[in-house]
Amino acid sequence: MKVLRPVSMDRCIGCHSCSLACARLVHGNLSWNTAGIRVGSAGGLSTGFEATVCVACAHPACAEACPTGAMAPRKQGGVMHKKSKCINCGQCAKACPVDAIYMDAGMRPFVCIHCGRCVPFCPHECLELRPLGGDDTEDAA
Amino acid sequence: MTSSGFTPEFRPNFRVMLVDLSRGKGEVVAFPDRAKWVGGSGLAAGLFAAYGVPDAPWDDPRQPLIFAIGPLTGFFPLMSKTVCAFKSPYHDQYAESHAGGRSALSLFFAGVDALVIVGRAERPVVVSLGHRRLQVSDAHFLWGADVFTTGKRLRKLQVGGSGHRSIWRIGPAGENKLAYACINVDTYRHFGRLGSGAVMGAKNLKAILVQGDGDFALPPGKEYARLFQKIFTDMTATDMMSKYHSLGTAVNLKGLDEIKSLPWRNLQATSDAGIEGITGQKFADDTLLRNAACAGCPVGCIHIGFVREKFQTENRYLYRQVAYDYEPIFATGTMLGVTDAFKVLAIMDQVEKYGLDVMSAGVALAWATEAFQKGLISEKETLVPLSFGDAEGYKQAIYHLSHAANEFYRILGQGALVAGKHYHGEDFACVLGQEMAGYATGEAFFVAESLGFRHSHLDTGAYAMDQKSKEKDVVKTVDFLVKDERERIMTTSMVACLFARGVYKEEVMKEALRSVGDGPIADNWDAASFALHKARWKCRFDTGYDPLSISIPKRFTEVVTWKGGIDTVYMEELRQAYAKALTGLGTEPKAEA
Repeated sequence: MKVLRPVSMDRCIGCHSCSLACARLVHGNLSWNTAGIRVGSAGGLSTGFEATVCVACAHPACAEACPTGAMAPRKQGGVMHKKSKCINCGQCAKACPVDAIYMDAGMRPFVCIHCGRCVPFCPHECLELRPLGGDDTEDAA
Repeated sequence: MTSSGFTPEFRPNFRVMLVDLSRGKGEVVAFPDRAKWVGGSGLAAGLFAAYGVPDAPWDDPRQPLIFAIGPLTGFFPLMSKTVCAFKSPYHDQYAESHAGGRSALSLFFAGVDALVIVGRAERPVVVSLGHRRLQVSDAHFLWGADVFTTGKRLRKLQVGGSGHRSIWRIGPAGENKLAYACINVDTYRHFGRLGSGAVMGAKNLKAILVQGDGDFALPPGKEYARLFQKIFTDMTATDMMSKYHSLGTAVNLKGLDEIKSLPWRNLQATSDAGIEGITGQKFADDTLLRNAACAGCPVGCIHIGFVREKFQTENRYLYRQVAYDYEPIFATGTMLGVTDAFKVLAIMDQVEKYGLDVMSAGVALAWATEAFQKGLISEKETLVPLSFGDAEGYKQAIYHLSHAANEFYRILGQGALVAGKHYHGEDFACVLGQEMAGYATGEAFFVAESLGFRHSHLDTGAYAMDQKSKEKDVVKTVDFLVKDERERIMTTSMVACLFARGVYKEEVMKEALRSVGDGPIADNWDAASFALHKARWKCRFDTGYDPLSISIPKRFTEVVTWKGGIDTVYMEELRQAYAKALTGLGTEPKAEA
C-alpha cells in the first residue's frame, strides 16, 4: 500500500491547490484548513513552503492518545478516524508530534487518509504516493 | 459551518466588516445587494458611494479604505485578487488598486465580502481580522519600521496561522504620506498604485492581518464540482498560461524593445542595445531563484530573483529575495538606464523595503535624473548625484524619497508632474494621469492611460491595440476602449486575475456564478456591467474628475515607435473624444435649455 509523501516541497509555490482539493473532494468542505494536507511557510514567504501532513508513523501517538478508539491505526499506514466513536476531545491533535491533525471550530479532527486525491492538483509535482516503508527521499523513484 | 456572504442566510446582501479606528470597534453590516454591486470593483464603488465623503479631502478621517473580493473568490482558481478602493492622495479623487497574494482567500475564509476601515486611530495600530476575531491593537512600536522588519515583527506578534493569513503593511513612504506609497501584501505583492499606503498612514494604521480561518460548506449539487475541474484543467493543462508560467511578464521586455515601444532613460528613447542585460530570459537564467503563487492559483506567475551584496571586504555577503515583473524592470531598469539585472533587483529591493509604488518611484526618479542633467535641480536638492545607470545613487535617492528628506523629495513624492511644474520641467515628466506604465506604444495607449479610471495599462487593451495596428480611427478606438473597460469591470468585480481572462470568458463566469448559487448576478450580467461601469466612473467624477484637465506632456509627442512619430493631431482628437465618452459615463446628462 502507498502513503502520501510531500517529497519535493522545495518546488512548492504556495498555491494551496492540494489543501483546497482535499477539503473539497475528501471532506466536502470549502476550506484550506479542514484538509489532510496544509501548506504554510516556515516564517514568511521568503523561507519557502512546508507541508503539514500525516507521516504514517509506525506507532501513531494520536491513536494511543485517543480515549475512545476513534483514531485507530490502519494496516496500510496512517490512521483511520471513525466519526461515530469520536467525542471531539482533541487529544489526538495534541499527541501528534508533527501537528498533522487539524481541529476545526467544532473540535472535529481532520487527518490525511493517504488517498492521493490531492496529488494531481499540484502543478509542480511536489507530492507523491510512495510505498510504505520505502525510501522517502526526494531522489528515490 | 458558519455564515459568510455566500451562505443563503446572508443573501441577497454582502457581508461587510466595518471598522472604525477612532473607536477601535467594528460591526458586521449586511450591505445590499449582490445582483446590483456584484463584488470587487462594483462592490467597492457601492461601498464608496455609501461611506465615502466626496467633497472632503483624501486624508479626512471619515474617508473609507475599502477592500473587496468577489462572488467567485474562494470557489475557483485564479479568483485571487482583492480590490482596494480609496480617495487617492495622488489626485484627491476616487481610486482603485488591485493585489493578489493571499489577500483574497484570507478575506474569503475570514467570512467577509469586504473590509471597510474608517476613522483615524489616536496612535499607530494594527487591525487583525479573522472568522471569529476583530482586534484593533497598539502598534506604536512598529512606526518607523521598514516593510521587511514590520513583516517579521507582525509574524511574531501573532503566532499561528502561517500559510493561511495575509499581512498588509506600510513602510516609511506610507507613514510620510507620499502620494504613491503602496501597501505591501505578503512580501511579494502590492496594492501598488495611487497611494493607498498613504491612506493607511493618514489613519495611523501600520498593518492589517487577515486570518483565513473559517470553513464553509460546498455549494450543493454536482455542477460546481464539474465546473471546478474543467476550469482547473483549462488553467493548467493548456498553454494559455505558459507565458506567465515560464519567463513571466518579463518576457515582454525584449519584444517591446524590438518594436521601439520600451521607454528608456525617461523616455528619451524607445529601444536600446542595453536590453540584452535585462531581458526576461536574462533574469531567468541569472537571477531566478524560484516561483511563487497567489493563493488559489496553480499558475504561479510570481518570479523571485535574488540580490547578493558584499558588505565587508573579507567576503561577507548578505542576500535578499526580490519578486520581479515587467513593470518593475521597466521602472527601475530601462527608465533609469540600469542594464544589469542584479542592479535592477537591488533598486527594486530598496523600493520594497521603504514601501513605495515601484512604477511611480522609478519614473519620478527618471524625471529627476533628466532635470539634474539639465541643471534645473542640483545636488542641493537631490542630496546625491543622479545619473542614468548609477544604481547606488538611486538606492540612496529612494531612501530620501520615502523619508521625505527635504523639500525637493517632499515635492517629488507628490508626483513627477508636481515636481515638473515646481522646477520648470513638466515637458519631460512621463506622467499619464500618474507616472506612466511601461508602454511607449503610441497614441491610443497615451490617451487611454492618461484618462483611464486607474491610469493603468490594465484599464483597457490600448497598448495591445497600438502594437497590432497603424489604423487611426477615433470613433472605432473610443468604442473599443469603452467596451473593453466595461468588460474588464466584470472581471475585476469577480475578482479574477486579469491574466486569466482567456479562460474566464463571460459565459464561463456566468456558469460559475450559477454553480455557487449566485444565479441572480449571472441573470443580471448585461445590466450590471453597464450600471457598474457608470457607477464606478460616477465615484470618480463626484470626487472632482475632469478628464480634459489632464494633458499629455510634450515628451510623449516626441516618441518614435515602430509606426514612426506620434501623430499629435490624431492624439488630441482621440483625447477629446475619449474625455467626452467618459464624461458621459460618469455624469448625469444636463437638462436641455
